[in-house]
Amino acid sequence: MSKVVEVRWHGRGGQGAKTASELLAAAAFNTGKYVQGFPEYGPERMGAPIAAFTRISDEQIRIHSNIYEPNFVVVIDETLLDCVNVTAGLKEDGAIIVNTSKTPDEIKPSLEGYKGKVCTIDARTIAEECIGRNIPNTPMLAAIIKVSGVMSDDEFFNDMEDSLKKKFANKPQVIDGNMKAIKRAVSEVNGI
Amino acid sequence: MNIGKTVATQTWQEMTHGSHVFKAGSAAEFQTGDWRSHKPVWISEKCKQCMLCVLVCPDSSIPVNAEGNIEGFDYDYCKGCLVCKAICPFKAIESEEA
Amino acid sequence: MAIRDKLSGNEAVSIAMKQINPDVVAAYPITPSTEVPQYFSQYAADGLVDTEFVAVESEHSAMSACIGAQAAGGRSMTATSAQGLALMWEMLYIASSYRLPITMATINRALSGPINIHCDHSDSMGARDSGWIQIYSENNQEAYDNFIQAVRIGEHPDVMLPVMDCFDGFITSHKVENILLMEDEEVKKFVGKYNPPYHLMDKANPMSMGPLSLPMYYFESKRQQAEVMKNCIKVIEEVAADFEKVTGRKYGLFEEYKMDDAEVAIVIINSTAGTAKEVVDKLRSQGVKAGLLKIRVYRPFPVEQIVKALSGCKAIAVMDRADSMNGAGGPLFTDVTSAMYGRVEGVKAINYIYGLGGRDVKVDDIEVVYNELLEIVKTGKVKEVFNYLGVREG
Repeated sequence: MSKVVEVRWHGRGGQGAKTASELLAAAAFNTGKYVQGFPEYGPERMGAPIAAFTRISDEQIRIHSNIYEPNFVVVIDETLLDCVNVTAGLKEDGAIIVNTSKTPDEIKPSLEGYKGKVCTIDARTIAEECIGRNIPNTPMLAAIIKVSGVMSDDEFFNDMEDSLKKKFANKPQVIDGNMKAIKRAVSEVNGI
Repeated sequence: MNIGKTVATQTWQEMTHGSHVFKAGSAAEFQTGDWRSHKPVWISEKCKQCMLCVLVCPDSSIPVNAEGNIEGFDYDYCKGCLVCKAICPFKAIESEEA
Repeated sequence: MAIRDKLSGNEAVSIAMKQINPDVVAAYPITPSTEVPQYFSQYAADGLVDTEFVAVESEHSAMSACIGAQAAGGRSMTATSAQGLALMWEMLYIASSYRLPITMATINRALSGPINIHCDHSDSMGARDSGWIQIYSENNQEAYDNFIQAVRIGEHPDVMLPVMDCFDGFITSHKVENILLMEDEEVKKFVGKYNPPYHLMDKANPMSMGPLSLPMYYFESKRQQAEVMKNCIKVIEEVAADFEKVTGRKYGLFEEYKMDDAEVAIVIINSTAGTAKEVVDKLRSQGVKAGLLKIRVYRPFPVEQIVKALSGCKAIAVMDRADSMNGAGGPLFTDVTSAMYGRVEGVKAINYIYGLGGRDVKVDDIEVVYNELLEIVKTGKVKEVFNYLGVREG
């Protein structure tokens, strides 16, 4: 089987886990990779636990199932730790990243004895302070790119700046806020 | 089973796409006059040329000539419904067995 | 120059539609096909196409509007899924019997009930005898490529039949993946201008469509339709060859993956073929002679070609993402085995019904199938012909 990096996202309906899975795919796509970004479709409701997936590879990706043994898991909402088995199938040589103000050691007891790397990032605070709203997506995206190493920080910064400039040509403050958030996020991941 | 005068001979290879009909006015080729059990008869001396029968004929089988008058029926297509007889105010249309 | 992009299957097909710039698109939204007319209606509203977009009140009307537009000499398109396709049913037969080359994206979804919005093939499999050409697509790239080819195939003077481009709901329709798009000009040139040999608006050559066809004519009419369906194999291959010249991407009636010396093989349709190819590679690395045959053209069914491709195998598993509820296997199994009957001896064939209502198909599931085939080769015995994959058994 070709070498594929698989990421599973856990969030709640409306928090942007699907968008995040596609943003990561887009960032990797822009560095020349083959990608897949997709959610687990269900009866979507605001606030209900949902999962989304990203695959990244140097070769064409043919596999079309969901992801059961991810290399990385990203938890956008830490309250999910109480109701979803977020580490199910997660590879021990991989990592989990949780959006929380707690430290990795404080989070570990909630992770069903997962032995791999545990990282945390306070994406909420970063988003609120840099973007002005609790949109944890962008800082979480920065965190997974830092932890997974699918691309260098600079590649990521340049790509994000390009994408944001295209998307928010009329709102320069949005671009600045988001860029500040991702730059801060890559340096504030705990447990790397 | 072929009923009446119409006999189908075309093979499937000879049929048009989707049985499309590639000409206009082809309904004229399908004579329905032999469906009649009764036929209308025009009584010229009672007719006032009011044209009511022409308007109601469902098969356009009461032709109007160049002078603007009727002079009987087109029995190739008249199905013998006798609506013309019912509508005529002057009893100028009678009927008999076909 | 190909344009490298990342798109969902629905986005890709709506872009194909935009590039083709048809005269009429009439559609009614239904999950998971909704995005196709949704994106396209935006293109229409933005003036990027010349198309008359008709927002109809049902799928029955969508197909009826396409039939009307196509009969009037226009190029028409639509998209649907599941109950939407079911509601079109009677009009599907009208479209094909009138020989109207409408192009439809059929985004495969389970027919309710119980109510379900996820992928299986029960919708398009139910329409397999409606006289439409059916082409199936593994991923967004194939969905896009096949949609463009469908126009050329359907409109070919020797064909003049409607075409469905079928691909998996959500799995292909909503998953964002890499894709190579053609330039607008390339697509325009490839599909060409639609020059119908006849249409209702041609006042110099008046005609009627849809005459009453009683027992004296109906049978001949259907016999002719069946013959045309059989003959369009040649056109499908010609269009694929032309497409390869433009894009470099090769398409056949089906894809043979490592079939040359394969002893065990599965026959499969759509996205799960990709997952299964991973399993074939894994088995090959262990020295197992495994192969895969992915059906692209399901209607017409390329009987001789499929038999030839499978004749060297010792055991095959035919995978159906739809159940025929008849105790005799799914539709693909019935077609494959009846094609082989009397033409090839000694190939053992079993059937698996899988993935109904969006049940995810994992690598492990496909391994179960190949292991069963290897067991059959080893023992020479088939334990069970009709099997269900990934269902909870008591």
